[in-house]
Amino acid sequence: MDKTGTVVRVGIADMDTVREPDKIRTLGLGSCVGIVIYDETKKIAGMAHILLPDSGVTKQNPINQAKYADTAIPLLVEKLVDMGARRYAMKAKIAGGAEMFKVDNSSELLRIGPRNVEASLEELEKLRIPVIAKDVGGSIGRTIEFDPATSLLKIRKVNREELVI
Amino acid sequence: MDYNELSSFQLDVLREIGNIGAGNAATALSQLLNRKIEMVVPSVNIVSFDEMMELIGGADEVVVAILFRIFGDIPSNVYFVLSVEEAEMLVQTITGNPGFTIMDGDLDDGMAISVLEEIGNIVTGSYISALSDLTKLHMQPSVPHLGVDMAAAVLTYGLIDISKVSDYAIVIDSKINSAEKEKELKGNFFLLPHPDSLKVLFKTLGIEQNG
Repeated sequence: MDKTGTVVRVGIADMDTVREPDKIRTLGLGSCVGIVIYDETKKIAGMAHILLPDSGVTKQNPINQAKYADTAIPLLVEKLVDMGARRYAMKAKIAGGAEMFKVDNSSELLRIGPRNVEASLEELEKLRIPVIAKDVGGSIGRTIEFDPATSLLKIRKVNREELVI
Repeated sequence: MDYNELSSFQLDVLREIGNIGAGNAATALSQLLNRKIEMVVPSVNIVSFDEMMELIGGADEVVVAILFRIFGDIPSNVYFVLSVEEAEMLVQTITGNPGFTIMDGDLDDGMAISVLEEIGNIVTGSYISALSDLTKLHMQPSVPHLGVDMAAAVLTYGLIDISKVSDYAIVIDSKINSAEKEKELKGNFFLLPHPDSLKVLFKTLGIEQNG
């Protein structure tokens, strides 16, 4: 019999974790980056949908840690550890970071997508979490879904074939 | 300025601003298409980013969005959002090419992009100039930027600046509708003012909150 779990949805500037047979999904990544961190053997995964690279820019207090690459990733790792994932076994896959509009004469918005990708990779590197696969950049939106049972990340784009990484 | 501190009177004023802007835009579109275009009473919502996507029909719903950044006294972003079918209908009407489709690669055709951007220019230009006339504030729109993609992918761009200070956006949503039944047309304007811009706006209009 097929084990079908539920699909947990992660919003914008939000994060969550799942365990097999559940899956985890986020919709419509543009310049945002979806970061999946998982433990392949324990079949536990977490996903964050970050909007900005660096929490240093915020004027909010308290901050929403899920919004920034540099705060979301460490928090996601802690949540996964609480669920029983092992730090040394953690791997990552990321998607998103597109440049949806070629606008910009304002430096802040310049390359926000690529900067989100760079900040995410940097933070993962700092925590020594290897990035197994990524589908980033371009100028196209992405909906992503991760299945901790298979460790595969499905990526859907408008008018394109579905991609699995 | 925290959006949740807005008084109901201030929200009414924002609604009226959306009203005047969309009224002007409806007139412009009506002249362009030579058809009757009506405006629906606008709504002002303070929403989370996820709720904003729901307003449009879902985060991964494909939309045609024309973005204008507004510079000047009250930096903001304005989107004119159409469904794919509506955008196709507009281009078909204006170019006289009934076979035009957006999703089948016709958008590689620079002509269609220009048509959509120009419609955005005319409609949004009249929206913005109405706001500017009303408030006497300087508002300088950017050139139009067309995006055809998932709603969240194109709309979060307009939230980047806001997201540094807030997890909520104030959305002034004005709809314009074509009165004709068989060729329905609905366009949404989303005006996304930066919190600091609201402060300037209310100060100019003399309706600052006390205290």
